[in-house]
Amino acid sequence: MAEASTTAPDLVGEGGAREGGTRSLRSVVTATEIDFRLIGLFAALVIIWVTFHVMSDGTFLTPRNLWNLSVQTATVAIMATGMVLVIVSRNIDLSVGSMLGLIGVAIALIQAEILPPIIGFDNPLTWMIALGAGVALGAFLGAFQGFIVAYVGVPAFLVTLGGLLVWRGAAWALNSGQTVAPMDSTFQLLGGGARGSVGEIVSWIIGGLACLGILALLINNRRQRRKFGFPLRPTWVDAGLGVIGSVVVLGAIWVANSYFWPEGLARQYAADNGIEWPVGGLQIPTGIANPVLLAIGVAIVMTLIATRRRFGRYVFAIGGNPEAAELGGINTRWTILKAFMVMGVLVGIAAAVSTARLNAATSGLGTLSELYVIAAAVIGGTSLAGGIGTIPGAVLGALVMQSLQSGMVLIGVDAPLQDIVVGIVLVAAVALDTIYRRRLA
Amino acid sequence: MTSAAEPAVERVPRVEMRDIRVAYGGVHAVDGVTIDLYPGEVVGLVGGNGAGKSTLVKALSGAHPPDSGQILMDGRPVTIGNPREAKALGIETIYQTLALAENVDAAANMFLGRELMTRFGSLDDSAMEDATRKVMKRLNPKFKRFKSPVAYLSGGQRQSVAIARAVHFNAHVLIMDEPTAALGPAETAQVTDLIAQLKSEGIGILLISHDIHDVFDLADRISVMLTGKLVGTVKKQDVSMDEVLAMIIMGKLLNEVTQKELAGLH
Repeated sequence: MAEASTTAPDLVGEGGAREGGTRSLRSVVTATEIDFRLIGLFAALVIIWVTFHVMSDGTFLTPRNLWNLSVQTATVAIMATGMVLVIVSRNIDLSVGSMLGLIGVAIALIQAEILPPIIGFDNPLTWMIALGAGVALGAFLGAFQGFIVAYVGVPAFLVTLGGLLVWRGAAWALNSGQTVAPMDSTFQLLGGGARGSVGEIVSWIIGGLACLGILALLINNRRQRRKFGFPLRPTWVDAGLGVIGSVVVLGAIWVANSYFWPEGLARQYAADNGIEWPVGGLQIPTGIANPVLLAIGVAIVMTLIATRRRFGRYVFAIGGNPEAAELGGINTRWTILKAFMVMGVLVGIAAAVSTARLNAATSGLGTLSELYVIAAAVIGGTSLAGGIGTIPGAVLGALVMQSLQSGMVLIGVDAPLQDIVVGIVLVAAVALDTIYRRRLA
Repeated sequence: MTSAAEPAVERVPRVEMRDIRVAYGGVHAVDGVTIDLYPGEVVGLVGGNGAGKSTLVKALSGAHPPDSGQILMDGRPVTIGNPREAKALGIETIYQTLALAENVDAAANMFLGRELMTRFGSLDDSAMEDATRKVMKRLNPKFKRFKSPVAYLSGGQRQSVAIARAVHFNAHVLIMDEPTAALGPAETAQVTDLIAQLKSEGIGILLISHDIHDVFDLADRISVMLTGKLVGTVKKQDVSMDEVLAMIIMGKLLNEVTQKELAGLH
């Protein structure tokens, strides 16, 4: 830091990167103003996908596998977006896996045992009550832990380590360790599956809206810059970003729509609707799964919170310099409590998705998922020292972790070896990031 | 009170701190200190290490409220329990550590805790950057790195961010804790000019420094502290640098110190 500032005090332009060597590539990346590490993560993902595709004799990059991958990633991605804020504020939450188990059992009991005697089975309100209760319970548990961290002053590592034990025990105690099933039929749609997906047409509409959204963001960005007379990004950069973004979005929709309903379900659907079974079989495009849509929605909302709201700005300021944040007039304790509360809300949503997908809740639900959530955030560029991290990075991190796991399952790697690989990749990713950051500073 | 002799006109001090006491675990860091500051005046607060200068101003900036004593602004008693309350009263502070969030950019630091919002309740980053560019044009025209986290800025640039934050919000009182300690000669001159300008705008400035030359250049009056107590407050034109040094080192006022002791300082 000191070196860079003495050699080039005022001369370095916006964005700052000014090194020899790979200058042309650097300058292109700098012009986009996108975090260099995010691009690196994309590259890593592509390499992982292609490698597994080759090693699995062409079964990895198929609509079916990618669709499953997206559903499997959803719960970790949802929780990782909250973990980013917690870690950025110089805290940690080790309790999310146990909390997911506790909330899962609780909302399963609500819909399987508490509500039916009152409002009957498969009442249209059941899924809303269950989801709402899960979110509320998550908010409460998160706020409770956040209170002990922020106002009592116990380190977050310890508070949530306690939470890891307490919530898991409570999950068991709630139903004496017995599995709770089945879930409400509408609630199950939160978990994905052929019926728990939005279908072909809605998927394309969502894709179209997403492209319009990208366009609107780019135009708004240019307008803001022009309004205040800031330097504009080159037009080709904006156009390129728009095209790349749209291609990625529409490509993902196309993949989701190329995955068809399993034959059994399709036959039943045909029978229910009086459609004659065609010769080549009935091909019903699945489209985006509900949990994936939920995860995307969560990621967008969390990105807005992190970058466009006071709360997010304060979380980052606290992570950068807690003393300065306090002297700047920020209510740091309240901000940290809220970060834990947001984390709890996201655990509640993830618990609903997990129980819906499994169509059951066990007290072991979510075991070890705190590690995957933290790993996703960290691989996605969140610094454990606090102050640095992005939501899209964490979502990509979750996708990288899940791709590694699914890929190894696909090519038949033994379970112990899978753990070894995931562990090595985690440490290597953080090591690379650390080296990159040191060179940048 | 040694400082009551403002000539002729009965002016009310912008800030008056009366009988301020702060103790840290049995040690009286500030022990019954009374100082005041008038609009458009620079008061230098000097003293050696551990004299209690920083602790005294922390009571005013809200960073560490006093155990006892009274603070008056424009003659009215006020309570300052935290930095937010101090800022609400128009008391801005430039800390010796600068107190910047290293990981966010200049605009985010300048508006930290006082962000500009759009109609939709989201951060108005463009407006904040625009305001920052305007302030910087005045304070440090060479400043160009508006998008970089302040961690990547030079010492002088970081200092300008901290100063920009203090002067942007129409401060009535400005506390500057060692504002030139980390700066080179050119940047120090810039800060000196700025202090003169802010003074002419009617802002009261409390300048903490252990550099006696700085204080003699900039201050109208000088308050000297030693081991938590106020030795005295003197007008700059009434004293020599040696006499102030005597106050700092021996804790004695002008009439108490002998020529022999003064000579002994050299």
